[in-house]
Amino acid sequence: MAGARGCGDPPCGDDAIAATERALAAVFREEAGRLAACLVRVLGDFASAEEVVQDCLVVAWERWRADGIPDNPAGWLWTVARRRAVDIARRDARYHAKLALLAPTMQPGDGQDDRLALIFTCCHPALSHEAQVALTLRTVCGLSVAEIASAFLVSEQALAQRLTRARRKIAAAGIPYRVPDADHLAERLAAVLSVIYLTFNEGYLTSGGDDPQRRDLTDDAEWLASLLATLMPAEPEVLGLLALIRLHRARAKTRFDGAGRLVLLADQDRRLWDHAAIAKAADLVLRAARMRKPGPYQIQAAIIACHAEAASFPDTDWPQILLLYDALLAHLPTPVVALHRAIAHGQVAGPAAALADLDELSQPLDGYHLFHATRAQLLRELGRAAEARRADERALGLTANPAERALLEQRLTVS
Amino acid sequence: MKYVLLFCGTDEDARAFAALSADALQERYAEVGRWFAANRRRIGGTNQLQPPETATSVRFNGEGTAVVTDGPFLEGKEQIGGYAEIEVADLDEALEMARTWPGRGAVEIRPVVTTR
Repeated sequence: MAGARGCGDPPCGDDAIAATERALAAVFREEAGRLAACLVRVLGDFASAEEVVQDCLVVAWERWRADGIPDNPAGWLWTVARRRAVDIARRDARYHAKLALLAPTMQPGDGQDDRLALIFTCCHPALSHEAQVALTLRTVCGLSVAEIASAFLVSEQALAQRLTRARRKIAAAGIPYRVPDADHLAERLAAVLSVIYLTFNEGYLTSGGDDPQRRDLTDDAEWLASLLATLMPAEPEVLGLLALIRLHRARAKTRFDGAGRLVLLADQDRRLWDHAAIAKAADLVLRAARMRKPGPYQIQAAIIACHAEAASFPDTDWPQILLLYDALLAHLPTPVVALHRAIAHGQVAGPAAALADLDELSQPLDGYHLFHATRAQLLRELGRAAEARRADERALGLTANPAERALLEQRLTVS
Repeated sequence: MKYVLLFCGTDEDARAFAALSADALQERYAEVGRWFAANRRRIGGTNQLQPPETATSVRFNGEGTAVVTDGPFLEGKEQIGGYAEIEVADLDEALEMARTWPGRGAVEIRPVVTTR
């Protein structure tokens, strides 16, 4: 399993080899999903397709590392894949029909990109959320089992089982391999977007962590969102999610200081943000908005764009952000969105107003550390130090994230 | 593909059903009738089952002896109230049928083992 991305090979410090490995990883991500998508169509099942892709990547890894990446890596992979797929089809009693399919259809860039069907099948609502995420990363992005397992802090064995179960269910339960029809597209697309967003969040929370070897899932999430935007250019929510991810990534560097401590938005050094990327992502938000089909990802992207384009924290267009949160609440009426709206309300109408909003949310959010941390901040602004302290202590008791804990502990020592 | 749709419900669903007015009950049965009519070509055998309190279970113990008890296997929340065998293209088509089921409660979709 470790072969595909060279997880078993320790880096030997040679820049040339590192460059080759990066180039290999890029080609693999582009081609693994394409290959898998076509193979599922031809072979008719996920397990066989997986086997072929895996074999091809292992062979390519060995050969390319020795001989360099060929001029046409896709063509090279497809030749190997075709040979292996024929072997597999021969094992099957019904191979004649499948063999007939292999010749004409298995061409790189034959004009048909099956990856959209692949994505929708991996994210089918009949699969659990965990299975959807794992299967998408494995099959569409070509991540190794080891990489996914380490990103989600589960054992390789557990993750491999999860994947096997999911593939078996696709076959046994008759989950179709196709892009859903117009009647169900919106609902099914929402499931796909949530898988990508979940992947992004997982990467975002752990980025800047103490394990540089851990795969950067935010990169994979952006790649997936951008692939989806290419395959479904007329879906504004896809563009919204892509913009949202890019806006977060453009500012990711300033989230932690040199010592790995969490830096709040108000204190971040905005000069270090990638302003070119922010401008481009903001354009993407506008492009999506012109399609006149607003949705939660577009609105969240618009909110982050407001923050990203403000010259400083006090210069932020808070009334605009408050309006956007009202719109977001209409699409996504959750207590967490209401909490963020309250924070924006506080910036417009003062901490007492925000605190009154928060009182309404104390029931559903009592177990959520950011609710108590936000309350502490507002109480401190109102000069109610003792209550603020108690709220910070509540927050501290509710989070295990080391960076968040450090910030709260520091607040408690200062106050 | 062949599936069985298991029409299930909790005690709460059963109480809500029992509380329906005569008119509402008639309307509900009419809806169910229309659903069966609309899906006629997909449905093979189908039956409504007598309530769970009429069930008798036969369970085999470690020695292989049959032990007869009163009631269903599971004292769980959901009880099976009926079933329909269906023949459809894929899970999405089965899901569409389940989604439009007017009987409320819950519908479990189980693929049937077929020998190819």
